[in-house]
Amino acid sequence: MTAVAAVAFAGLVVAGLLCVLRLVRGPSLADRIVALDALLIVIVSGIAVDAARTGKGTYLEVLVVAALLGFVGTVNVARFIESRGA
Amino acid sequence: MNVADVVAGFLILAGVALSVTAGLGLHRFPDVFARMHSATKPATLGLVLVLAGAATRMENRGDVAKLLLVIALQFLTAPVGAHMVGRAAYRAGTELSPMTSCDELARDDAAGVRGREEAPGGSSSRPGGRPDQRR
Repeated sequence: MTAVAAVAFAGLVVAGLLCVLRLVRGPSLADRIVALDALLIVIVSGIAVDAARTGKGTYLEVLVVAALLGFVGTVNVARFIESRGA
Repeated sequence: MNVADVVAGFLILAGVALSVTAGLGLHRFPDVFARMHSATKPATLGLVLVLAGAATRMENRGDVAKLLLVIALQFLTAPVGAHMVGRAAYRAGTELSPMTSCDELARDDAAGVRGREEAPGGSSSRPGGRPDQRR
Protein backbone atom coordinates (compact mmCIF):
# COMPACT_ATOMS: atom_id res chain seq x y z
CA MET A 1 0.00 0.00 0.00
CA THR A 2 2.92 2.34 0.60
CA ALA A 3 4.02 2.11 -3.04
CA VAL A 4 0.47 2.74 -4.26
CA ALA A 5 0.22 5.76 -1.96
CA ALA A 6 3.55 7.09 -3.24
CA VAL A 7 2.44 6.80 -6.88
CA ALA A 8 -0.93 8.35 -6.03
CA PHE A 9 0.70 11.27 -4.22
CA ALA A 10 3.03 11.85 -7.16
CA GLY A 11 0.09 11.94 -9.56
CA LEU A 12 -1.84 14.28 -7.30
CA VAL A 13 1.13 16.63 -7.07
CA VAL A 14 1.32 16.79 -10.87
CA ALA A 15 -2.42 17.42 -11.13
CA GLY A 16 -2.27 20.09 -8.44
CA LEU A 17 0.61 21.88 -10.13
CA LEU A 18 -1.27 21.93 -13.44
CA CYS A 19 -4.31 23.36 -11.63
CA VAL A 20 -2.17 26.06 -10.00
CA LEU A 21 -0.70 26.89 -13.40
CA ARG A 22 -4.17 27.47 -14.82
CA LEU A 23 -5.12 29.38 -11.67
CA VAL A 24 -2.26 31.80 -12.23
CA ARG A 25 -2.53 32.09 -16.00
CA GLY A 26 -6.29 31.78 -16.55
CA PRO A 27 -7.42 34.74 -18.59
CA SER A 28 -10.87 35.05 -17.08
CA LEU A 29 -12.30 34.68 -13.60
CA ALA A 30 -14.25 31.62 -14.72
CA ASP A 31 -11.00 29.88 -15.66
CA ARG A 32 -9.66 30.57 -12.22
CA ILE A 33 -12.70 29.29 -10.36
CA VAL A 34 -12.72 26.11 -12.46
CA ALA A 35 -9.04 25.58 -11.67
CA LEU A 36 -9.64 26.26 -7.98
CA ASP A 37 -12.47 23.74 -7.94
CA ALA A 38 -10.24 21.11 -9.52
CA LEU A 39 -7.49 21.98 -7.02
CA LEU A 40 -9.91 21.40 -4.15
CA ILE A 41 -10.77 17.99 -5.60
CA VAL A 42 -7.05 17.18 -5.74
CA ILE A 43 -6.63 18.22 -2.09
CA VAL A 44 -9.60 16.14 -0.97
CA SER A 45 -8.22 13.17 -2.93
CA GLY A 46 -4.86 13.64 -1.22
CA ILE A 47 -6.42 13.55 2.24
CA ALA A 48 -8.38 10.44 1.27
CA VAL A 49 -5.24 8.72 -0.05
CA ASP A 50 -3.47 9.49 3.22
CA ALA A 51 -6.40 8.08 5.18
CA ALA A 52 -6.23 4.93 3.02
CA ARG A 53 -2.47 4.70 3.63
CA THR A 54 -2.77 4.79 7.41
CA GLY A 55 -6.18 3.16 7.69
CA LYS A 56 -7.20 5.77 10.25
CA GLY A 57 -10.00 8.25 9.71
CA THR A 58 -8.68 11.18 11.71
CA TYR A 59 -9.03 13.76 8.95
CA LEU A 60 -12.22 12.57 7.33
CA GLU A 61 -14.30 15.39 8.80
CA VAL A 62 -12.08 17.76 6.86
CA LEU A 63 -13.30 16.09 3.67
CA VAL A 64 -16.94 16.84 4.50
CA VAL A 65 -16.19 20.47 5.34
CA ALA A 66 -14.00 20.96 2.26
CA ALA A 67 -16.63 19.51 -0.08
CA LEU A 68 -19.33 21.78 1.33
CA LEU A 69 -17.19 24.91 1.45
CA GLY A 70 -15.99 24.30 -2.10
CA PHE A 71 -19.56 24.18 -3.33
CA VAL A 72 -20.55 27.36 -1.48
CA GLY A 73 -17.51 29.22 -2.80
CA THR A 74 -18.07 28.06 -6.37
CA VAL A 75 -21.71 29.11 -6.37
CA ASN A 76 -20.88 32.50 -4.87
CA VAL A 77 -18.20 33.26 -7.43
CA ALA A 78 -20.51 32.09 -10.21
CA ARG A 79 -23.19 34.51 -9.06
CA PHE A 80 -20.58 37.25 -8.82
CA ILE A 81 -19.41 36.59 -12.39
CA GLU A 82 -22.99 36.64 -13.60
CA SER A 83 -23.77 39.96 -11.95
CA ARG A 84 -20.52 41.68 -12.83
CA GLY A 85 -19.53 40.20 -16.17
CA ALA A 86 -16.15 38.95 -17.41
CA MET B 1 -1.41 -7.67 1.08
CA ASN B 2 -4.89 -9.10 0.79
CA VAL B 3 -7.65 -8.71 -1.74
CA ALA B 4 -9.05 -5.55 -0.16
CA ASP B 5 -5.69 -3.85 -0.48
CA VAL B 6 -5.42 -4.72 -4.16
CA VAL B 7 -8.93 -3.44 -4.83
CA ALA B 8 -8.21 -0.27 -2.88
CA GLY B 9 -4.99 0.29 -4.81
CA PHE B 10 -6.68 -0.07 -8.17
CA LEU B 11 -9.54 2.25 -7.21
CA ILE B 12 -7.21 4.92 -5.83
CA LEU B 13 -4.89 4.80 -8.83
CA ALA B 14 -7.83 5.05 -11.23
CA GLY B 15 -9.16 8.10 -9.40
CA VAL B 16 -5.75 9.74 -9.33
CA ALA B 17 -5.35 9.07 -13.06
CA LEU B 18 -8.59 10.97 -13.64
CA SER B 19 -7.26 13.87 -11.58
CA VAL B 20 -4.07 13.96 -13.65
CA THR B 21 -6.03 13.99 -16.91
CA ALA B 22 -8.14 16.82 -15.52
CA GLY B 23 -4.99 18.79 -14.78
CA LEU B 24 -3.70 18.14 -18.29
CA GLY B 25 -7.03 19.21 -19.76
CA LEU B 26 -7.04 22.37 -17.66
CA HIS B 27 -3.63 23.19 -19.00
CA ARG B 28 -4.15 22.31 -22.66
CA PHE B 29 -7.75 23.05 -23.58
CA PRO B 30 -8.52 26.31 -25.38
CA ASP B 31 -11.46 27.94 -23.56
CA VAL B 32 -13.41 27.91 -20.31
CA PHE B 33 -16.02 25.44 -21.43
CA ALA B 34 -13.55 22.89 -22.76
CA ARG B 35 -11.59 23.24 -19.53
CA MET B 36 -14.74 22.67 -17.50
CA HIS B 37 -15.40 19.57 -19.57
CA SER B 38 -12.17 18.02 -18.36
CA ALA B 39 -12.08 19.60 -14.88
CA THR B 40 -15.48 18.31 -13.79
CA LYS B 41 -14.73 14.66 -14.49
CA PRO B 42 -12.71 13.99 -11.34
CA ALA B 43 -15.17 16.06 -9.29
CA THR B 44 -17.58 13.14 -9.34
CA LEU B 45 -16.07 9.97 -10.78
CA GLY B 46 -12.46 10.47 -9.75
CA LEU B 47 -13.28 11.48 -6.20
CA VAL B 48 -15.76 8.62 -5.85
CA LEU B 49 -13.11 6.14 -6.99
CA VAL B 50 -10.54 7.48 -4.52
CA LEU B 51 -13.01 7.60 -1.66
CA ALA B 52 -14.26 4.09 -2.40
CA GLY B 53 -10.68 2.88 -2.40
CA ALA B 54 -10.10 4.58 0.93
CA ALA B 55 -13.34 3.12 2.30
CA THR B 56 -12.13 -0.42 1.68
CA ARG B 57 -9.08 0.31 3.83
CA MET B 58 -10.76 1.97 6.82
CA GLU B 59 -10.63 0.23 10.17
CA ASN B 60 -13.79 1.79 11.60
CA ARG B 61 -17.32 1.53 10.28
CA GLY B 62 -17.92 5.18 11.18
CA ASP B 63 -15.13 6.28 8.87
CA VAL B 64 -16.80 4.45 5.98
CA ALA B 65 -20.00 6.33 6.80
CA LYS B 66 -18.14 9.65 6.64
CA LEU B 67 -16.67 8.72 3.25
CA LEU B 68 -20.13 7.81 1.99
CA LEU B 69 -21.38 11.19 3.23
CA VAL B 70 -18.67 12.96 1.24
CA ILE B 71 -19.59 10.93 -1.86
CA ALA B 72 -23.26 11.84 -1.48
CA LEU B 73 -22.50 15.54 -0.96
CA GLN B 74 -20.17 15.58 -3.93
CA PHE B 75 -22.73 13.94 -6.19
CA LEU B 76 -25.30 16.53 -5.14
CA THR B 77 -23.14 19.65 -5.33
CA ALA B 78 -20.54 19.15 -8.07
CA PRO B 79 -22.93 19.14 -11.07
CA VAL B 80 -24.84 22.13 -9.67
CA GLY B 81 -21.67 24.13 -9.15
CA ALA B 82 -20.30 23.29 -12.58
CA HIS B 83 -23.61 24.21 -14.20
CA MET B 84 -23.67 27.57 -12.44
CA VAL B 85 -20.10 28.39 -13.40
CA GLY B 86 -20.75 27.46 -17.02
CA ARG B 87 -23.93 29.50 -17.21
CA ALA B 88 -22.31 32.51 -15.55
CA ALA B 89 -19.28 32.31 -17.84
CA TYR B 90 -21.48 32.15 -20.94
CA ARG B 91 -23.73 35.01 -19.87
CA ALA B 92 -20.75 37.14 -18.90
CA GLY B 93 -19.52 36.92 -22.47
CA THR B 94 -16.47 34.72 -22.06
CA GLU B 95 -14.76 34.20 -25.39
CA LEU B 96 -15.35 30.88 -27.08
CA SER B 97 -12.49 29.13 -28.75
CA PRO B 98 -12.26 29.72 -32.53
CA MET B 99 -12.51 25.95 -32.88
CA THR B 100 -16.05 25.94 -31.50
CA SER B 101 -18.25 24.36 -34.14
CA CYS B 102 -21.71 24.69 -32.59
CA ASP B 103 -23.18 27.31 -30.26
CA GLU B 104 -26.85 26.51 -29.84
CA LEU B 105 -27.45 29.13 -27.15
CA ALA B 106 -26.41 31.94 -29.47
CA ARG B 107 -28.67 30.50 -32.18
CA ASP B 108 -31.60 30.37 -29.77
CA ASP B 109 -30.95 33.91 -28.59
CA ALA B 110 -30.87 35.14 -32.16
CA ALA B 111 -34.11 33.33 -32.93
CA GLY B 112 -35.79 34.88 -29.90
CA VAL B 113 -36.21 31.61 -28.04
CA ARG B 114 -36.15 32.43 -24.35
CA GLY B 115 -35.70 30.07 -21.50
CA ARG B 116 -38.13 30.03 -18.64
CA GLU B 117 -35.61 31.81 -16.45
CA GLU B 118 -35.44 34.85 -18.66
CA ALA B 119 -39.18 35.24 -19.02
CA PRO B 120 -40.38 38.81 -18.52
CA GLY B 121 -40.87 39.62 -14.87
CA GLY B 122 -38.41 36.97 -13.75
CA SER B 123 -34.90 37.66 -12.50
CA SER B 124 -34.60 41.31 -13.45
CA SER B 125 -31.20 41.74 -11.83
CA ARG B 126 -29.47 39.46 -14.28
CA PRO B 127 -28.16 40.67 -17.61
CA GLY B 128 -30.33 39.68 -20.54
CA GLY B 129 -29.55 37.29 -23.35
CA ARG B 130 -26.26 37.17 -25.15
CA PRO B 131 -25.30 39.80 -27.66
CA ASP B 132 -25.44 38.61 -31.22
CA GLN B 133 -21.79 38.79 -32.14
CA ARG B 134 -21.37 35.23 -31.00
CA ARG B 135 -22.91 33.59 -34.06
